[in-house]
Amino acid sequence: MKAKVSGTKKKINGTTFLLMITILLFVVMYAAGMIVFNDKGFAKPQMFLNLFISNAGLLVIAMGETIVMITAGIDISVGSVTALVCMVAANQMENHGASAYTALLMALVIGLLFGLIQGFLVSYLEIQPFIVTLAGMFFGRGMTSIISTDMISIKNATFMAWAKYKIYMPFGSYSKRGKFLPAYIYPTVIIAIIVLIVIMIIMKYTKFGRSVYAIGGNEQSALMMGLNVKKTKMCAYLLDGFLAGLGGFLFCMNSCAGFVEQAKGLEMDAISSAVIGGTLLSGGVGTPFGTLFGVLIKGTISSLITTQGTLSSWWVRIVLSALLCFFIVLQSVFASLKKKN
Amino acid sequence: MSTNKSGWKKLTSMRLFMPLVCLLAIIIVATITIPGFLSISLKNGVPYGYPVDVINRASELVILAVGMTLVTAASGGQDISVGAVMAVAAAVCCQILSGGEVSVNSLSAPIIVAFLAALVASGICGAFNGLLVAKLNIQPMVATLILYTAGRGIAQLITDGQITYIRVKSYQVFGSYAGKFPIPMPVVIAIIVVIIAYAILKKTALGLYIESVGINGTASRLVGLNSTMIKFLTYLICGVLAGVAGFVASSRIYSADANNIGLNLEMDAILAVALGGNALGGGKFSLMGSVIGAYTIQALTTVLYGLNVSADQLPVYKAIVVVVIVVLQSPVFKKFIAVQKEKRTSKAAVKGGAN
Amino acid sequence: MEGNVVLTMRDISKTFPGVKALQHVDFTLRKGEIHALMGENGAGKSTLIKVLTGVHEFENGEIRLDGKDGPIINRSPQDAQNNGISTVYQEVNLCPNLTVAENLFIGREPRKAGFIDWRTMNKRATELLESFEIDASATQKLEEVSLARQQMIAIARAVDMKCKVLILDEPTSSLDDDEVAKLFKLMNRLKGEGVGIIFVTHFLEQVYEVCDRITVLRNGELVGEYEVKDLPRVMLVAKMMGKDFDDLADIKGDHAELKEFIPVIEAEELGHKGTIKPFDMTINKGEVVGFTGLLGSGRSELVRAIYGADKADSGKLKVNGKEVKIHAPIDAMKLGMAYLPEDRKKDGIIADLSVRENIIIALQAKKGMFHPMSRKEMDEAADKYIKMLQIKTASRETPIKSLSGGNQQKVIIGRWLLTNPDFLILDEPTRGIDIGTKTEIQKLVLDLADQGMSVAFISSEVEEMLRTCSRMAVMRDGRKVGEISGDELSQEGIMKAIAGGEE
Repeated sequence: MKAKVSGTKKKINGTTFLLMITILLFVVMYAAGMIVFNDKGFAKPQMFLNLFISNAGLLVIAMGETIVMITAGIDISVGSVTALVCMVAANQMENHGASAYTALLMALVIGLLFGLIQGFLVSYLEIQPFIVTLAGMFFGRGMTSIISTDMISIKNATFMAWAKYKIYMPFGSYSKRGKFLPAYIYPTVIIAIIVLIVIMIIMKYTKFGRSVYAIGGNEQSALMMGLNVKKTKMCAYLLDGFLAGLGGFLFCMNSCAGFVEQAKGLEMDAISSAVIGGTLLSGGVGTPFGTLFGVLIKGTISSLITTQGTLSSWWVRIVLSALLCFFIVLQSVFASLKKKN
Repeated sequence: MSTNKSGWKKLTSMRLFMPLVCLLAIIIVATITIPGFLSISLKNGVPYGYPVDVINRASELVILAVGMTLVTAASGGQDISVGAVMAVAAAVCCQILSGGEVSVNSLSAPIIVAFLAALVASGICGAFNGLLVAKLNIQPMVATLILYTAGRGIAQLITDGQITYIRVKSYQVFGSYAGKFPIPMPVVIAIIVVIIAYAILKKTALGLYIESVGINGTASRLVGLNSTMIKFLTYLICGVLAGVAGFVASSRIYSADANNIGLNLEMDAILAVALGGNALGGGKFSLMGSVIGAYTIQALTTVLYGLNVSADQLPVYKAIVVVVIVVLQSPVFKKFIAVQKEKRTSKAAVKGGAN
Repeated sequence: MEGNVVLTMRDISKTFPGVKALQHVDFTLRKGEIHALMGENGAGKSTLIKVLTGVHEFENGEIRLDGKDGPIINRSPQDAQNNGISTVYQEVNLCPNLTVAENLFIGREPRKAGFIDWRTMNKRATELLESFEIDASATQKLEEVSLARQQMIAIARAVDMKCKVLILDEPTSSLDDDEVAKLFKLMNRLKGEGVGIIFVTHFLEQVYEVCDRITVLRNGELVGEYEVKDLPRVMLVAKMMGKDFDDLADIKGDHAELKEFIPVIEAEELGHKGTIKPFDMTINKGEVVGFTGLLGSGRSELVRAIYGADKADSGKLKVNGKEVKIHAPIDAMKLGMAYLPEDRKKDGIIADLSVRENIIIALQAKKGMFHPMSRKEMDEAADKYIKMLQIKTASRETPIKSLSGGNQQKVIIGRWLLTNPDFLILDEPTRGIDIGTKTEIQKLVLDLADQGMSVAFISSEVEEMLRTCSRMAVMRDGRKVGEISGDELSQEGIMKAIAGGEE
């Protein structure tokens, strides 16, 4: 054998580097917020928990988006699915006397149906995921307005009890008079975190999860290695649809209402969370853990802008788009560097 | 018999056959569902009626469809930011015309200046998309998704969150009628755009270049084409055309409504391209097909309105149409059909052989 | 089924649009034998393999496998694997974004309570890597491993799956001698264990070193099955090349020798990082220069660097004595170069465009966007080359994709002749083309040279190079290692130069 120095030394590859940038970015942004907006209570622990409270739905949806993006696909229907889920839930509970349990069930069924149809079109008919889910996006939004063009506020007792049940933390902050105010979260956060953990396990420890990565890495190779590419893709979209339904319901528990314009642009939030969290647009790379940080960054940007007070809410989307753009360019640079080596 | 058959075959294999059939089908449906759909009357020397309305309303869509066709052909993807870019162009245009006021009765700048500024703004948007797609090789839909979401925000920022009204007759002309001229100005503008685009494609080799790049980028590079440049160019053109459409749309409502100008039009434009018989995966294209597709979509919209479908609900039906078209276009489906056909003919052959 | 037969394929046919890839092919594999599948490029070896492994469907015939009643049909590589057929392809079919261990075990990962047991997987992967003496770590990402090691990993994966049939489709092209020796040792071990091995290669020495039987295909048809000991090399080559071999023998005789040497292309230390190391090369007016070497030796990469398909990042290039800078192919075209790429489908044809458009596209690109050719000019140009090159097409408006491979290639040649080049680069112009067309193309090359055109000619077939080239550059490992001309231009001389024994 030729004498070669074996390359066992650990190299930091592009993807880990991207994830590190993301985590660092989050820490820096949050720390900056704590310093600049200290007087507005940004440093309080509750503020941090609010990131999870207001983005629990997004986190769940972004998990689905991450899985689909790892297969080198995309789903831009999630925002509309969320709006539809909220509207159906609100309409069923308020106008048709359905229980909160039925509403939850319906939310999940809607998500699964979207996943089923979109997954079939993408994996078995080999249609571009973008076109399929673009149609899904318009379909979902249109259906929402067919149900009702008015806003429906949810007053269902069980539902409100779920939504407003505070789970107190052993830590908190003190009011000006020195009273201890424990920090709290809502059940939505617990569910989102359970989903995060389950997805992390699925992606790391199941054949399905690893097949998803293999397909994204090289679909042809995955096929040649004997993986069932079509079935795996189908399952990925099905799971994505289910998570969109569940995430939509969590979103609903946060907003307690259904209206046509709801969750507009949420697909962008989900996609940018995944990309900022290190998911490659070309597929094959990405982790649920990274996406968590993507979601947290999105949350931080919106709380910074809300706390600041004078900037229009449009800035959230613009900043997020700019950030997405930055990360896409970064990915593209890394990809071309890798090619040269 | 045989000549008849081959004549029929020739007709059906023509590129514009299917788009025309679709248009005809919609017109038939419209005639049945909407009483008096085909009648045109003259009011104040101006033709009036559903057909005129469809042709007039379709103008922005026709303009967008031209750009979308080129983008689709060259890059095999679509530009979903066109609606938002329209809003940006409208915002820039109205902001310059109003000089920053919310509602004005006189212009603070010549219309031509505002128009050109709008085109520059939309051109920059198009160039941005083009840069991401052509230079950085990002999938077209993802690249344009950025402006799709951020575009309306930018438009809001330009108009400071207000709806800027330009209550000036000379501005409204571009969205209505110019004096006694019986054809609506949007239609005139759309026709001019189509003629210019057609002339460019005829008088230069751009059309061939775009098709070549769209079909096989690497091979095109090896025969001396600058694939990157050509893709970039199509996005630039698409952006500028979205600007023109935005100008017309804003003149129609003499205001810049960042939330509503060009809303959901990206879907219509993609549909127009698909209905025009163009493969959404890129390659050979037919500009005329897309134009016919655009009128078909507008006719469909009118029919749906006639059936009491509200504007919010339209996307449901259009989404279904899109899915049907892409399924019909998909190679897997075509193959499936071909196999079915073969089975039938081979069965027939076996039967014939048995005799 | 005979007792010792593990696989039979009977009467297999497969058509691609415009090409009969396989016609009534039979193939038999016995237990514990290494069976070479031989044929020129385009003979149908890969198609036969892909039919067997379920990548392609076949139209006619049946496949039987030992231990299965009745014919089997593999609808996917997964089916084939389940039936005990493992495959290693020429291109590494692994996932670069996964770890080495995962690539070895994906689809059959060790589990614990239903979940993937990473620790066991990594342990078993390490053992496997050690037993194959592959210098890679189980937890490393595959993309960090060299191509040759990736190939060994692919082999390890296939072998570890306890298969009855192992297919090795040109696995040695990226391996060095040590690794090839290691592979052969392994093949012999598996043979001892009763595995039937199908070995596809175009290295004759390897066939004679390790194989028991040879099946030869030509133009999608079966030529025959032979015992290695009964088939001397010359005979094998003759079987692969076919009867027309003799007709081709001497087409060079009646062509003029080069009298004066006027350099057209002069490259000094030209190179492209990662593909071709800096080289010197001179090509004269009216000369046909061959580039020979094994697959991946840098023969295509060298001409690509000259043409600007991969922009050269070092050295100088002179065209007709003047130093030039080439940034993109269009620059090279304007200097009178033309390039017929190796991969016709991927880099050559523009599938949906018509024959006419495919012919005129290069000239049109050269003229520029604002000088479009008139319809009349295009029609005349297309008709001229359809006639001259005898392109078989329904009309000039037929999409090029519905033509046969040979005719597609002629269209591409026509495309470049239309630009009236001084220097024509032909990279594997005759691959996958029937013998008749091959001869035509070879004759055409010599005629063009007589008219003063310089030609760079690349082919995997040494015979073909000998017939056309007056001088040859020898390539090895991404480097130009020498030139041969005159008396050295013989099969033996070239083989020696490629192998590099004389250095």
